[in-house]
Amino acid sequence: MQSHISFSNDDVAHIATLANIPVTDEEKTKLAAGFTITMKVVDDLKKADTTSVEPTHQVTALENILREDAVDEKREFSQDEALRNAKQTYKGFFVVDQVIDRE
Amino acid sequence: MNLHKLTLKEAIKKLKSKEISHKELYTDVENEIQKKNAELNIYLSLDKEAVSKAEKLLDTPLAGVPIAVKDNFLTKELPTTASSKVLEGFMTPYESTVTERLQKAGGVVIGKTNMDAWAHGSSTETSDFGATKNPRNPKHLPGGSSGGSAAAVAADVCIGALGSETAGSIRQPSSWCGVVGLKPTYGRVPRTGVVAMGSSLDCPGPIGKTVEDTAIVFNAIAGHDKYDSTSADIAPPDLVKNIDKPIKGMKIGMCYLDHPKLKNTKVDEAIQNAGKLFKSLGCSVTHIPLSPQLKNNTILTPDYAISVYTVVQRGEVSSNLARYDGIRFGHDRSFFGAEAKRRIMLGTFTLSKGYADKYYIKAQQVRSLYIANFHQLFQTFDVLISPTSPGFAQELGASEKSPMFGELEDMLLEPSSIAGLPGINVPCYHDTKTNLYLGMNIISDQWQEEKIIRVAHSFEQQTIKE
Repeated sequence: MQSHISFSNDDVAHIATLANIPVTDEEKTKLAAGFTITMKVVDDLKKADTTSVEPTHQVTALENILREDAVDEKREFSQDEALRNAKQTYKGFFVVDQVIDRE
Repeated sequence: MNLHKLTLKEAIKKLKSKEISHKELYTDVENEIQKKNAELNIYLSLDKEAVSKAEKLLDTPLAGVPIAVKDNFLTKELPTTASSKVLEGFMTPYESTVTERLQKAGGVVIGKTNMDAWAHGSSTETSDFGATKNPRNPKHLPGGSSGGSAAAVAADVCIGALGSETAGSIRQPSSWCGVVGLKPTYGRVPRTGVVAMGSSLDCPGPIGKTVEDTAIVFNAIAGHDKYDSTSADIAPPDLVKNIDKPIKGMKIGMCYLDHPKLKNTKVDEAIQNAGKLFKSLGCSVTHIPLSPQLKNNTILTPDYAISVYTVVQRGEVSSNLARYDGIRFGHDRSFFGAEAKRRIMLGTFTLSKGYADKYYIKAQQVRSLYIANFHQLFQTFDVLISPTSPGFAQELGASEKSPMFGELEDMLLEPSSIAGLPGINVPCYHDTKTNLYLGMNIISDQWQEEKIIRVAHSFEQQTIKE
């Protein structure tokens, strides 16, 4: 296996785009150094023998928890309640940023 | 009258017998808040109407006692920020299941407590609203992420508290603040309405002045919730009922004391002494050797759990915190603090194409190793004991020195957290010079909270006697 991974400012910029997180150049340098340290520790995982071990994604072993496809009035918000915390509304709707044809 | 110093059990008893009034109790608690909150920065918001709510609750199990609640539980009457500027001033339209149950049982949310922003950390220093200080010694950190709740209990500015844990966030601050913290089995207490962080790990739980206090609050909040599909449909035990049952005959395993970080330290000595005490109570106490690989009758080194937790938690964080876009509620993503940015982005990286198998799947495989290890050990042992934290509360500023501060402080708790096991911190050593504490972590198999409560309660009773 290759030795541990290191991060450049460009790598950080790419991840920041994927995560939709605005970062300054100064932050990029700091984050790159931090990621390199953290992933060096994480690299330890390769020392653990996991041959033919299945991954665990959840621990309670519950499966397919379903509910009736019916409106639960206790869980309904009025339009006012739903919009109460919105930054900007228009005629009872949320106003969202443009995502198509954006520069 | 010093009523703020009452335990939850005593306060309920005195209220019910009318020995004290709600007004007297709340006056003492609120005076204490006035005296201490500016220095310690424990509460982010307070309910000024708390006492009038409490007065109506005398005939309930909790009789209207004041409870401090971590600021990641959604509460309709107080703002919920998760200590992040992204949610500053946010008023939720619905109540978390846990606080709803707490209030139904007669607990009053007296205020919301400071925490690491989004529960990312083990210091409470990553809060966007300033660090909380340790009431036992304000030059030191309270731990975290439920640092505000643990500090509230230690400072007697509440009678009991609620926290939440993902890797160590109930037990580690309880250890550093010298109080009791109970982390239930994952799936025992619903996550509905708790600001989501690591969804396969998050678990709400009580922090209290005594073991029995945490058992009383557990009884009020545990049990299946149809709105949380990961909550288990298993009837929770009554943790108070058998709390005094002798623990004679219990099989106790001692873990991690041969780890290089712990050997011949004060905390090693404290746990060895606890082992001797359990022996004197008629338990069998066995030292379980540390092993770098999965092997019967050994305990797998906690070192890999640091990495498993780092990868799994950040992956789940990047997904859970994607919802904060500033459109429906809260502010936009430029308001995230440094720690949240770091965790969201690292999670995005480990889940990205080409890296997910190498890191995320590998981490989940190692998680399976820990589960197999505990499964084997709990065929022999009733409970396992270890230190909660490798040492005493660190000094203010310590968390800024490492991007993995929390992971390293929580290393002894991460194996049981990723396996979803219940655990409790009980103070086991007090340094009279610094006024700081060490804590013992007691864990059991899934759904066996009754065992850890009984063992912790017996220990507490004995150490109070001494």
